Amino acid sequence: MKSQSKLKRNPRWMTIGQYLIIIAFTLFAIYPILRVFTISLRPGDMLHSTSLAIIPENWTFANYKQLFTQEDFLIWMRNSSLVSLFTTILGVGLASTAGYGFSRYRFPGHKTGLITLITTQMFPLTMLLLPLFIMLVKLQIYDTLIGLVIAYSATALPFTVWQMKGYYDTIPVSLEEAARIDGCNEFMAFYRIILPLAAPALVITALFAFMTAWSEYLVAAVLISDQNLFTLPLGLKQFQSNFDTQWGLYAAGALIVSIPVMVLFLSLSRWLVSGLTLGSVKG
Amino acid sequence: MSSVTYTFRDFWEQAKANKLAYYYILPAFLVMGLVVLYPFVYNLVLSFSNMNLSHFKEWDLVGMKQYVKVFTDPMFYSVLLKNIIWTIINLIFHVTLGVGLALILNNPLRGRAIFRTLLVLPWAVPQYITALTWRGMFNYRYGAVNLWLIKISPFIEKVNSFFESLFGVGFGMPPYEWLSSPTGAFSAAIITNIWLGFPFMMIVALGALQSIPPDMYEVADIDGASRWQKFWHITVPLIRPAMIPAITLGIIWTFNNFNVIWLVSNGGNPSDSTHILVSYVYKAVFTHYRYAYSAAFSVVIFLILLIFGVYFMRKTKATESVY
Repeated sequence: MKSQSKLKRNPRWMTIGQYLIIIAFTLFAIYPILRVFTISLRPGDMLHSTSLAIIPENWTFANYKQLFTQEDFLIWMRNSSLVSLFTTILGVGLASTAGYGFSRYRFPGHKTGLITLITTQMFPLTMLLLPLFIMLVKLQIYDTLIGLVIAYSATALPFTVWQMKGYYDTIPVSLEEAARIDGCNEFMAFYRIILPLAAPALVITALFAFMTAWSEYLVAAVLISDQNLFTLPLGLKQFQSNFDTQWGLYAAGALIVSIPVMVLFLSLSRWLVSGLTLGSVKG
Repeated sequence: MSSVTYTFRDFWEQAKANKLAYYYILPAFLVMGLVVLYPFVYNLVLSFSNMNLSHFKEWDLVGMKQYVKVFTDPMFYSVLLKNIIWTIINLIFHVTLGVGLALILNNPLRGRAIFRTLLVLPWAVPQYITALTWRGMFNYRYGAVNLWLIKISPFIEKVNSFFESLFGVGFGMPPYEWLSSPTGAFSAAIITNIWLGFPFMMIVALGALQSIPPDMYEVADIDGASRWQKFWHITVPLIRPAMIPAITLGIIWTFNNFNVIWLVSNGGNPSDSTHILVSYVYKAVFTHYRYAYSAAFSVVIFLILLIFGVYFMRKTKATESVY
């Protein structure tokens, strides 16, 4: 970044202006999260409050305590964790192989396959939900977490396959050729040599698959009705669907659900920048 | 491929030579087939049928009847218009905010890494939580939005009277009816969606900006180019290849973004005035049980996006380099 000092310096008013803009939008970006934090700390008698203080008067962890002891929160947490874990495994497995196939081979159906994947992104969700719903009702197989895992893996696939393909494209084919000369078969060359090199893309694929499953509300709302199989989104929505919204519990739950994703996301955000732009700027 | 004598035999030979490729993509396409392609075909069949709650078991194919119903429903056009406005406003804000903030972050500011980290946060929060949280913040009496607006009401009064002197009508004083008026609820959903959407564009733009070699700007400086010229003649053309696919995806995602509109307006409230096409269909399916009609409606939404997508990609050659 040293070369930047050679550039024409910005005038002072412009630098100040830039700071003001960036600070304003940073506040805009974090305020709702801060607000959730505030509400989660409110004691029960203050939920209808017009205070804007960040740390409320008489703050307490009562909402968190109630969430973990009295509500079904732990069940939702277990269900969501299971679904997300298996979606991630299945999603990474499917996308890493399919992406490789599309990157290394020019087979009949190559272009059609890739275009089909993009096209599915244009499907309005109702176009899949309605048939799935009717199929499940007719087959009497409502309410299974496996159903959710398969549905989520499929939703994440188009994006992740493209992502993986873009990354494999940047790995020279000569690596596999060298491996073949050393006696690997085609699959071993992929598994032993290329897959470890694609680790950055695999991480993004895993993150994307995990987020899809962890944060999805609508498909779960249609496919799951048994309270014991509720995932976190269904559970948290319930706090709001009653006549009197349980804001404190909702806020505490929302924060607990968001924090792991935010941490994951932020620790990987550097890779995200390269991962997302790679496919398009490689030229 | 381009040879004129390309026959089925060649096709078969090529397929056989690339046998391994099919093994690699087969598992993914099996899952896609089960969850995406089969329902797609099933939906297509339904759209030509008369299935609803009273014809659930014994339904018949009735041709284009449902499509005629969709296109003769005046609601379709008003919801479509709203959907287009929704998409355009959101994308304008996502792209200008995203690129603008990325341009600032690309300077050697103090605390740049922290700003970048905090600005990405809205993207990381699960969408349904964003929507439910903003719905709470738009609450008439206890929501943070109105509370803050009341706090700065002297300022708003000035802006309001300025508007009144200019257009003859103002927008009134806070607290505003965010969720109980049609314009209010729609604006609330748009603000929410702008909040969660700009970081994606910012990250893509930032990645593209960082790949521009600084000496391009140095050369432009030597040639005496203005800031404006440098932006339009160096920055824009060089981030374009990364932005176009992101914008294409952004348009498709926003056009069909069910979560925000549905959860912020709590199912299209007040009285079904806050719908985009996909939430309108969802209501038709799960509240009114109009299955065949909804299937046809979904196909229409898909075709609108498909026509747009093909046109847009042709025009911008968004995916050309990737094959």
